[in-house]
Amino acid sequence: MAWYILRRFLQLVPVFLGATLLVYFLVFSLPGDPIVALFGDKPVNEAVAAQLRAQYNLDQPFWIQYLLYLKSIFTFDLGLDFTGREIATVLGEVFPVTARLAVMALIFEAVFGIVFGLIAGLRKGKLFDATVLVASLIVIGIPIFVLGFLLQFFIGVQLGWAKPTVSSAATVQDLILPAMVLGLGSFAYVLRLTRTSVIENMSADYVRTATAKGLSRGRVVRVHILRNSLIPVVTFLGADLGSLMGGAIVTEGIFNVPGVGNRLYRAVTSGEGPTVVSIVTVLVLIYCVSNLLVDLLYAWLDPRIRYDS
Amino acid sequence: MTPENNATVRGTAVRRPIEHFVADFDETPLHATDKVKEDHVPLSLWGEAWRNLRRQPLFLLSAFLIFVVIVVCLFPGLFSQIDPTSEACQLANSDGVPAGGHPLGYTQQGCDVFARVIYGTRSSVTVGLFTTIGVVIFGGIMGALAGYYGGWVDAVLARINDIFFALPLILGAIVMMQLPVFRTNRNVWSLVLILIIFGWPQISRITRGAVIEVRNADFVTAARSLGVSRFRSLMRHVLPNSLAPIIVVATISLGTFIVAESTLSFLGIGLPPSVMSWGNDIQSAQASLRSNPMPLIYPAIALSITVLSFIMLGDALRDALDPKARKR
Repeated sequence: MAWYILRRFLQLVPVFLGATLLVYFLVFSLPGDPIVALFGDKPVNEAVAAQLRAQYNLDQPFWIQYLLYLKSIFTFDLGLDFTGREIATVLGEVFPVTARLAVMALIFEAVFGIVFGLIAGLRKGKLFDATVLVASLIVIGIPIFVLGFLLQFFIGVQLGWAKPTVSSAATVQDLILPAMVLGLGSFAYVLRLTRTSVIENMSADYVRTATAKGLSRGRVVRVHILRNSLIPVVTFLGADLGSLMGGAIVTEGIFNVPGVGNRLYRAVTSGEGPTVVSIVTVLVLIYCVSNLLVDLLYAWLDPRIRYDS
Repeated sequence: MTPENNATVRGTAVRRPIEHFVADFDETPLHATDKVKEDHVPLSLWGEAWRNLRRQPLFLLSAFLIFVVIVVCLFPGLFSQIDPTSEACQLANSDGVPAGGHPLGYTQQGCDVFARVIYGTRSSVTVGLFTTIGVVIFGGIMGALAGYYGGWVDAVLARINDIFFALPLILGAIVMMQLPVFRTNRNVWSLVLILIIFGWPQISRITRGAVIEVRNADFVTAARSLGVSRFRSLMRHVLPNSLAPIIVVATISLGTFIVAESTLSFLGIGLPPSVMSWGNDIQSAQASLRSNPMPLIYPAIALSITVLSFIMLGDALRDALDPKARKR
């Protein structure tokens, strides 16, 4: 197992380096000067521009820039953004908000997806199953920004059940509606995954054995069907955490959540290279680590999977 | 007690027809059996799938919807003669309610909503279609090489794949769209290019899996032992037999790419506002959502139905092409 962890960890290194290099290259090395863009319509002051270039290492060759950037990541010294604030402070403000949002979305999709998926799977072919299947298709088909607007308009504005926009504190109550919108797409996947997996397990030999030896229906469902069906679902949920955090840009925009997506979008549109690269780096790290954890979780959940052989 | 007696117990005489489980002698005349061709081959995977699909309401519905969308795309003039471009819109009609000849009302700019929904179809579907084609070609080549050659080719390509997987589609596209190169010439084709760059890994992974499954099949070994070159056996034998999952995923991703286009346009960094697209229309209707939600809702409905029909088609194809899944 230790070997497996080590090997998987080593595989993450090129992914991490490659992804950061790609983003760094895209942001800093293609035509167009971010420093000149900072001056906007005003004439460029060469002395100030040169000083800024030196501050952000933009006067160095590309490889040196990138290596200096890597060094700054590993020393946790991310430097200042173009408005003069510590990037680390900015990250410290926005990441907890998005993490809260993503975890709430994850809880929402896990609880509802598994419950509905289990019921649908147990009653395969019945009315409930058919309804839920069609509904999940529709949810997958409707783009998230459309869903976001509709829910904001009907639940937030017309019915007033939840707050349509989020305050700067972004408390749990504020985030209920955005988290639902963010989790809806994955909710449909979790539902379908659970359903398929439940149907598969219902005809498994051990379920027949469990029923034959006289266990109650509830116990068979809980211990033998549900537990075994959850293995792929848990894998999906783990991998989803990373994509929820990175994919929250649209949801955060609609509900005005002061999180990573909003900040990233602002940084991208105003050409704040250092902030963009830092945020994307952290997102890539989260993606890599959550994938690693999922792989390990997989081995722990399903003893049939042995990595050392 | 015979079944007939059973059925008349309640007083109403229900005569059950006698069921024939075996055809009568005279039903299949002997000469008919002779007519069955001796070289008759059993249906192929695709023939079997087509027979299965024809009977699926989900497939028929989605195929019909996609047909309509394609017709709208090619000949928008058939559906609406009103000029929906901003120059032709009358501000006097701003936020106007539906009237004769304008069934869905007007936008804030006084444009006819119905005409804009019709004419906006083309750019959305073009982006989705050409991105899918590009992704299938590029991702397919990468995945086929990785799966077929294995070894270090696979290892290197898998890492590259992982790098692009770590950057979500929308995130990567947002960063790329802001590059000066793309900022200055933003159109359908630059958007297609960017979506291909960040969209290929999924198809690549699927192709790799499908190719690995097929490459050790007996017919591939047979072809190789007859002296067919590695590349030729990949093109002639392995790829055609691993197409099914690729087509399923490609159909579903066509829907996702249409969503990606409209999401980017909605964020203001996709197609320029001068291009008519559902994403742009939803974005511009967003400001007046509370006073006049209809210009937002109709393009959103059109978008959702289009995306939904591609996803449903993919779903139906998966059921038809995967006999294992069908039995469940």
